Amino acid sequence: MWPILRMVIQRLSLGLLTLFVVSVIIFSSVEFLPGDLAQEILGQAATPETVAAFRKELGLDRPPVERYFTWLGNVAQGDFGKSLANNREISELIGQRLLNTLFLAGFAATIAVPLAITLGVLAALYRNTLFDRMINVFTLTSISFPEFFVAYILILFFAVNWGLFPSISNIGPETSFWDKVYRTMLPALTLTLVVVAHMMRMTRAAIINLLASPYIEMARLKGIKPGRVIVKHALPNALAPIINVVAINLAYLVVGVVVVEVVFVYPGLGQLLVDSVSKRDITVVQASSLVFAATYILLNLTADVLSILTNPRLLHPR
Amino acid sequence: MLIAVWKELKKAPFTAWFGIAVILSYIIVAFFAPVLTPYGETQVVGDEYAPWTSEFLLGTDNIGRDMLSRLLYGARNTVGIAFVTTCLAFFIGGMAGLIASTVGGWTDQILSRIVDVLMAIPQLIFALLLLTIVGTNVVNMILIIALLDSTRVFRLARAVATNVVVMDFVEVARLRGEGLWWLIRHEVLPNSTAPLIAEFGLRFCFVFLLIAALSFLGLGIQPPTADWGSMVRENATLITFGDITPLLPAAAIALLTVAVNFVVDWMLHASSGLKD
Amino acid sequence: MNDKSEREILLTIRDLHIEGFSDEKWNGIVHGVDIDLHKGEVLGLIGESGAGKSTIGLAAMGFTRDGCRIPKGTVVFDGLELTTAGEAKRRELRGSRIAYVAQSAAAAFNPAHKLIDQYSEAPTQHGIMAKSKAEQDAVDLYRRLRLPNPDEIGFRYPHQVSGGQLQRAMTAMAMSCRPDLIIFDEPTTALDVTTQIEVLAAIRDIVEQFDTAAIYITHDLAVVAQMADRIMVLRYGDLVEEADTRKMLSHPEEDYTKTLWAVRSFQKPQKQLAGAGETPIISVEHVTAGYGKSVMVLHDVSFDIHDRRTVAVVGESGSGKSTTARCITGLLPPIEGRILHNGNELPADFRKRSKDQLRQIQMIYQMPDTALNPRQRVRDVIGRPLDFYLGIRGKEKEKRIHALLEQIELEPSQFIDRFPGELSGGQKQRICIARALGAEPQFIICDEVTSALDQIVAEGILKLLFRLQEELKLAYMFITHDLATVRAISDEVVVMLEGSVVEAGPKDVMFTPPHHDYTDLLLSSVPEMDPDWLSDLLEARKGKSMAPAGN
Repeated sequence: MWPILRMVIQRLSLGLLTLFVVSVIIFSSVEFLPGDLAQEILGQAATPETVAAFRKELGLDRPPVERYFTWLGNVAQGDFGKSLANNREISELIGQRLLNTLFLAGFAATIAVPLAITLGVLAALYRNTLFDRMINVFTLTSISFPEFFVAYILILFFAVNWGLFPSISNIGPETSFWDKVYRTMLPALTLTLVVVAHMMRMTRAAIINLLASPYIEMARLKGIKPGRVIVKHALPNALAPIINVVAINLAYLVVGVVVVEVVFVYPGLGQLLVDSVSKRDITVVQASSLVFAATYILLNLTADVLSILTNPRLLHPR
Repeated sequence: MLIAVWKELKKAPFTAWFGIAVILSYIIVAFFAPVLTPYGETQVVGDEYAPWTSEFLLGTDNIGRDMLSRLLYGARNTVGIAFVTTCLAFFIGGMAGLIASTVGGWTDQILSRIVDVLMAIPQLIFALLLLTIVGTNVVNMILIIALLDSTRVFRLARAVATNVVVMDFVEVARLRGEGLWWLIRHEVLPNSTAPLIAEFGLRFCFVFLLIAALSFLGLGIQPPTADWGSMVRENATLITFGDITPLLPAAAIALLTVAVNFVVDWMLHASSGLKD
Repeated sequence: MNDKSEREILLTIRDLHIEGFSDEKWNGIVHGVDIDLHKGEVLGLIGESGAGKSTIGLAAMGFTRDGCRIPKGTVVFDGLELTTAGEAKRRELRGSRIAYVAQSAAAAFNPAHKLIDQYSEAPTQHGIMAKSKAEQDAVDLYRRLRLPNPDEIGFRYPHQVSGGQLQRAMTAMAMSCRPDLIIFDEPTTALDVTTQIEVLAAIRDIVEQFDTAAIYITHDLAVVAQMADRIMVLRYGDLVEEADTRKMLSHPEEDYTKTLWAVRSFQKPQKQLAGAGETPIISVEHVTAGYGKSVMVLHDVSFDIHDRRTVAVVGESGSGKSTTARCITGLLPPIEGRILHNGNELPADFRKRSKDQLRQIQMIYQMPDTALNPRQRVRDVIGRPLDFYLGIRGKEKEKRIHALLEQIELEPSQFIDRFPGELSGGQKQRICIARALGAEPQFIICDEVTSALDQIVAEGILKLLFRLQEELKLAYMFITHDLATVRAISDEVVVMLEGSVVEAGPKDVMFTPPHHDYTDLLLSSVPEMDPDWLSDLLEARKGKSMAPAGN
């Protein structure tokens, strides 16, 4: 078991290192701001004294490396600093919104993942049949649609014309669970449609690849029934590629959430990010980017570790 | 070579033909927009949100500009900018990828690590972060997206080239004493064209959708330029009245992306020769 | 005489046609083959690539791969017509009454399951035995096949077991339901010669013990001579000749059969050894090399190659023969030792060598498919060394290309504008030779140049190389694992094992005893075209009480 433990630890450390480097990038990107940050925020009309005082307040007079570690230290304790636009604690702003975004992403994933895997496996098993070809065209079309297009179509039909679901997903901390589900149905559906298409195509490709393996042919030559060939021979080897596919798409989901939140005016981290970008509220943008990036890295890390753990060659070394 | 392409085309499925037809029509519209449109791109011609009439075939937008004209000009702007960005991304990433795999060693390691780090941050997020800092204008957007997307091209070019570089015939050329550029031009590139072209198509789709998304969020191409993404945003309120007008620019985006995807799908299928 | 042909018929194949789908249409692979197989009989199917042997083997189980179909013909197994029987009936037979042993055991075993579970799958699924009984049976079979640690080897995963052992485990798995017929599809082709012996012996024993009929598919004549009672020679999907083994070996009737049998007879005469004072053209001196700091692949390797001589470097996989070539060409600079060319030390790294130094040493590779750029025409492939090394352009270059093509026995006007994809394996290898010749080298390294080719084609290449050596006064370093080739074309032989030179000397001396133990093992492991060879060898080895069958 030891070599596999070593590999997992290696991968975890690499993930941590990546996170570290990414935080440096996010932090130092502000350094490339043409002109001075304080000046930018206060505007051209501000007097030099005001600018200097503001710089001191923001801590801009201290060396970059020191500022980075202070920032990092604060972040680790949950203190992201203050919003430049309204001077509120960023951690307050982010906290609830992050939960909302995760709820939306989780909701979409719960529908999308089982659906995509099932369709992908079926398409692989029945490849080149009419069913498979139709699915191919449908998913190709689906991945080509911008999220806002899908979102507005759904709103047009389900909200405006048929009045089944609300077109604006207004939820708060007090909203009950099922009420949340009801109000977020359309955004979740939007996300699902796009992600299912990607996931299904990748799953199909992975399974087809697997089915071409010599050991699958060998199983058939032993007279094993097709159902058992799939379940006992193909599936155990399909775990790794499918996990990989799911993780890639979950990471994509986390990002796709941004546009969807804007369309449905959903109080999530994505909407916060977009608003902050328009207002050039740098500290909030920094903090939100860091959170998104961290989630993304974490998901990829989980995928890598899981695929190490499901590889029979690594589980049982020579 | 062209004969081989034509032979493949004849075997192509309906979807590929549909895709090619659509792409060609978009290119024509993009080039001939000023000739085809009844009104100017930013010309205010009537009341806001006028319905579809014979005067304004697709009605007017939120300020009173002709929807149809802006839709046609949008081809030029949105598609044009996406195309330029993709070319730039392809050039940077492609060159870097080919060099990394042909030279190998430290060059490859360093480039790959840099790309790994850049790819660790989701593209949309990174783009938003950088745009906040340098300001949201078209040139910045093109440069930022090109840089971010070049990482994907790098990965693919490197993978494809590496498959070629391990072939004995490349070793033969290397042992002969051939230089790096000769190797790339005569040995690696001719054997990588099919997957690279397919990747160009895929990257175009991605960049196109990303730019549309950024413009939709108000952070990309700025008004009054006719751009499909921002046009959706500007007219979004019409949806609540059951009017599909704002869906038209979105549909224009979707249609081109679908077309390119169909063509790329056919190309990948044909070139791999898989019985798939 | 084959007494088995008196027994009852097990399998009857009549007028079998098999087609494969490529280039948008159905193409014939097998064109009407008849086979009669009796109970307990071993039939050898032999032929070069493209003969359709594997396809026929699978068809005997009523199985066709994706993209293949049986448009015509019958396959009757023990009274049941397989082509019309319906998939469910065929599935019943497969694994239980007809079993299959694939060429690559590493690929045919599921990496996610233990060997013993894969063994017991067929008997339990076909309702023949309970799992515990099947597991006991597995251990028994592993013992009979002389696998090490038969009690516990089954509880390992495929990647934890070596190639030769895996092949025997696959044979055991095929036996699990005590089938009436086993199809062996090139089971030892991917194995080293010394490993092959054990597997061949194991297969022959087990088939005899259980009185199983077998179809043994291979391209190796000497192997089929050991294993089969009767031999069928196939070519491009047609039957060429069929006879009992002994008769077939001693009195082949058809010309094609005779050509196949004769491939091992080409031998060039031993050359005079170089005089003591002659400077060798290439000298490898105490070379130690490896990839990375800790993994050494070569240990203190030294040998000389003299002008106009052929030195054969022989060894099994992992012996370091190709690595030595990489050191000589400068692709892998040695950690210690040096390479001398005409007495002058060559820079260890090829990048530091002059164009002329690079020109003098040329290499030809094993796989002509990957050694030629598919996007370059023959004219460009052969032409490039001419203008790169010798500065020859224009009309003169065109003339030279024609001359080179003639030298490699290809009609210039026909071949000069072709792409590699339009050429056969043998033709491609000839182009590689022409490319090497274009540089006008003194020394050519031939790295397993005939290993990927069919035997008749390979013989043509060897004859060509020999002729060129005489005409152009070339020195060759011939890397190979095939001792028959060594016997045919070498003047001196260097035997390598695990990165060291075990023995070296003139060919005649090397092939007569006494030898180093390993050389002895290597030489004796090469199958001969004598049906009794295997039995005799096993007797002899038992007498010498060799180490038990583990590898």
